[in-house]
Amino acid sequence: MVSTRPTAGGGPVTPSSASLPAWLSRLHKTTGNAAIGTNDHKHSGAARPAPTVTPLNEEKGRGHMPAIELRNVTKKFATADGGTYTAIEDLSLTVEDGQFCAVVGPTGCGKSTTLTLISGLERPSRGEAFVHGEPVRGIDTSTGFVFQQDAVFPWRSVLDNVAAGPVYRGASRSEAAALARDWLRRVGLSGFEDRYPHQLSGGMRKRVALAQSLINQPRVLLMDEPFSALDVQTRAIMSTELLHLWDQTKPAVVFVTHDLEEAIALADKVVVITAGPGTVKAEFEIDLPRPRVVQEIRFDPRFTRLYEQIWEALRAEVAEAYDRTTRVAEVAS
Amino acid sequence: MIDTPTTSEGSVTALATEFPPAATTTGPSARTRANRRRTVLAGARLGIVVVLLVAWQLSVDAKVVDPFFWGEPKGVWADLVDWFTVGTSQGSLGAQILVTLEEAVLGFIIGSILGVVCGIALGRVRLLSELFAPFLKAANSIPRIILGSIFTVAFGFGIQSKVILAVVLVFFGVFFNAFQGAREVDRNLIANARLLGASRWQVTRDVVLPSAFTWILASLHISFGFALIGALVGEILGANQGLGLLIRSSQNNFDMNGVLAGMVLVAVIALTAEALITLLERRLLRWRPPQTHGGAAVE
Repeated sequence: MVSTRPTAGGGPVTPSSASLPAWLSRLHKTTGNAAIGTNDHKHSGAARPAPTVTPLNEEKGRGHMPAIELRNVTKKFATADGGTYTAIEDLSLTVEDGQFCAVVGPTGCGKSTTLTLISGLERPSRGEAFVHGEPVRGIDTSTGFVFQQDAVFPWRSVLDNVAAGPVYRGASRSEAAALARDWLRRVGLSGFEDRYPHQLSGGMRKRVALAQSLINQPRVLLMDEPFSALDVQTRAIMSTELLHLWDQTKPAVVFVTHDLEEAIALADKVVVITAGPGTVKAEFEIDLPRPRVVQEIRFDPRFTRLYEQIWEALRAEVAEAYDRTTRVAEVAS
Repeated sequence: MIDTPTTSEGSVTALATEFPPAATTTGPSARTRANRRRTVLAGARLGIVVVLLVAWQLSVDAKVVDPFFWGEPKGVWADLVDWFTVGTSQGSLGAQILVTLEEAVLGFIIGSILGVVCGIALGRVRLLSELFAPFLKAANSIPRIILGSIFTVAFGFGIQSKVILAVVLVFFGVFFNAFQGAREVDRNLIANARLLGASRWQVTRDVVLPSAFTWILASLHISFGFALIGALVGEILGANQGLGLLIRSSQNNFDMNGVLAGMVLVAVIALTAEALITLLERRLLRWRPPQTHGGAAVE
């Protein structure tokens, strides 16, 4: 009677005309190809900015175990035309326990790919990812992940969404619900337990996603441009609240963003990634005092200074990435 | 009815969807206006039906249309009244309707469940789909209604052969939709569930199934029509009871009014089932935003 199509695109398949496109089309499932040797940092040369670069990459003595470590990882994807696309190349990154690390870079530089490698959603083509010293071999449920797009379950109420993690981890329904209520209170969503996600605003859905992830007390929290779909004011408010929540459990965070201001306002460390294939161009220690109020921190003169320094490193990469897209456009036209 | 291809019984209500639902502005006056509009619409629809029937009857009376071949409204009505009050040649009308309904509903339920289970399984397990895809594709291209002849011979004149034919007709529609639905699940949702600790089975149950349900429910609307066709064709091919047999014996007696009266009964059953499925859909898809959901197809 009514339109039942879940998404835009093809309509429901009628049996007589079912043409099964999915049977034949290979899933664009990525197959990790053997890496081809590349031996130097393509982009890491000349313009490395001096000031606050700190060599965090090396291990700090025996027995020390960073929360997250990417060791010379390369990730190649098979493309539709049979070639390979190198998303990140020889990238090394270390995040300490309790450290908030922001990763910035131009679009298409493989920022999100680094997160999928840490979470175990993808395997590196070369190199290895470690979480708390253990090599990542598959999806690691001690890792929390907040997606760029909405990934809360639209058919579950807010409460059931947040309670999902504990239930999957073996908690009873009532325990999980009690815990979920507590987390909904913490993210300021008390009273919305019975709503469905579509009845909430974008910012509220993000809070649900945060609560859904944080309720599992992850030791590692990965965030993929989580606030990019929000308007500017909501975004600043959410950022401050994120810091507040992070302070309660202090997981190691990798926060991917293309917004440098957001990165500096939130992080202890900002990592600049080169235009694709992505690799680390520079790392910057952010020594702004905590607790921070994201809406106001940009007035701090130190903020401006840091912004200038990091932008210096980022500018060339952004320009490079932009050039490429326009070049592609020229070729296409 | 809006976006599913209309089967034979769909044409009457499809008309209703041509008109956008009345704008829901605020205030009681808007509401009364909307109500009045709905009444006028219903009246207009009734008018169309009356005009068509009267035109038909008048053409018969004027000897433009030969009632021997095409029947006539008066005759159809007389047959219906006769069946209801006196009963049919095969027994009471209620019994005939119940038999056909039982076959269709059983076929519909079994076929839908099989379709959903197989569709989700093949959508989730790549090896299964690679293994069975060619067979299912081939089976789908066969005009399966012909199988009815075999089933009638193999399973006899009872209810069994009709149920099996209905199952075969229903299965493929539901299967392909469930399969496609399982394939089109948002990858982020699956990744999220996995990261939250869901097992593969839990992902299937809590993410793939509900996500595919929008597709599956769309196919159920068409599928009940198929189940009815399966039951009726099965009965026409050979049966002791049922509406199909009633239609068949009317045909054998050159009683076109009887055939048409049978058709009217089937249409009523189909429309009722359609309304019930819509109710089920509303209930199961409560979580969806209303704008993709609204519309007044059946009032």
